[in-house]
Amino acid sequence: MTGKQPFEAVVERHGATVLRVCRALLSPADADDAWSETFVSALKAYPDLPADANVEAWLVTIAHRKAVDVTRAAARRAVPVAEPPDAAADAPVRGLDGDLADAVAGLPAKQRQAIAYHYLAGLPYADVAAIVGGSADAARRAAADGIAALRRAYQGAAARNDSRNDSGNDSGGDTPGEHR
Amino acid sequence: MNTDDLARDLMRAFPDRAGDLTRLHHRLAAAAERDGVLDVAYRAIDSPVGPLLLAATEAGLVRVAFASEDHDAVLQSLADRISPRVLRAPGRLEAPARELGEYFDGQRRDFDLPLDWRLSAGFRRAVLNRLPDIGYGHTASYAAVAQLAGNPKAVRAAASACASNPLPVVVPCHRVIYSDGRIGRYRGGPDAKRTLLTLESAA
Repeated sequence: MTGKQPFEAVVERHGATVLRVCRALLSPADADDAWSETFVSALKAYPDLPADANVEAWLVTIAHRKAVDVTRAAARRAVPVAEPPDAAADAPVRGLDGDLADAVAGLPAKQRQAIAYHYLAGLPYADVAAIVGGSADAARRAAADGIAALRRAYQGAAARNDSRNDSGNDSGGDTPGEHR
Repeated sequence: MNTDDLARDLMRAFPDRAGDLTRLHHRLAAAAERDGVLDVAYRAIDSPVGPLLLAATEAGLVRVAFASEDHDAVLQSLADRISPRVLRAPGRLEAPARELGEYFDGQRRDFDLPLDWRLSAGFRRAVLNRLPDIGYGHTASYAAVAQLAGNPKAVRAAASACASNPLPVVVPCHRVIYSDGRIGRYRGGPDAKRTLLTLESAA
């Protein structure tokens, strides 16, 4: 009889997705902490996970709770300052698309979560709703609102980059992904 | 820009670099060990008899497996029989890996490692427990081993105990052969058994 997979297979299969989700929700250092805490908690609970459970949704649920904990702890630590601190120090990890990462970081928490769980983890809205609370429709709306806001911010950034890169050649298109 | 493009760009904006995951995996293995939830740690090593899988519980080395056994299948059976909390965690296997390396280099004649015998029981375990009595570079017959284990008539049972040894190489079932000189069954195949006997007779 074959039972549950070795936990190593769970890390191999879902580690990258959980890391993307953590990075969409938190700063790089906090994302690493949340990833580690997620998998340690998952390892502890793994023997009791029902055999037919959706492992990815289970992991994202744990990551969601860890991210909420980390965010709350950071808020408690935060000291009010007159000037906003250097945003770069606490911004999501820079990929090729730093502008998009910045735009995601600027979204309200519900929108950010809905986008991370639906678009990065690939969970259906019913699962997203089970994690963040509320209805599937509400989760869908939060994601749609977030996507609309991203599109505005992202295309704004792309346009700014295009004008920066524009050195007399007016053929510079507005193709997404070329604003590196 | 459609939503698919944006979804693709989102994946790129939050990358999962392999190096990051490697680093995080090390951290996870260390935290699991510290919190006492690393039920089975494993790693693979290269050897003259092919890649060997080494697995250990908190009690000690529990399984050595040849590539011919299919390491993934062995890990699944450890998950089924011991615990699904199985993680690649080389730290716990440091001493077994080092001693096996010394053995294959001809620098070590016996092993000084804590062993977890839980995958073997009854007469089979009694047989395996006596195998270290057969010294490095020597061989014994299945009949002699049956006698050592306290049941001279159980020659076939002794042979099947050797063939199902969960800790080959470390527990030297390769030193047990037929009294007529035939090499007998071995988990790693007869070639691996011959390689080990040749190694021990040369050192």
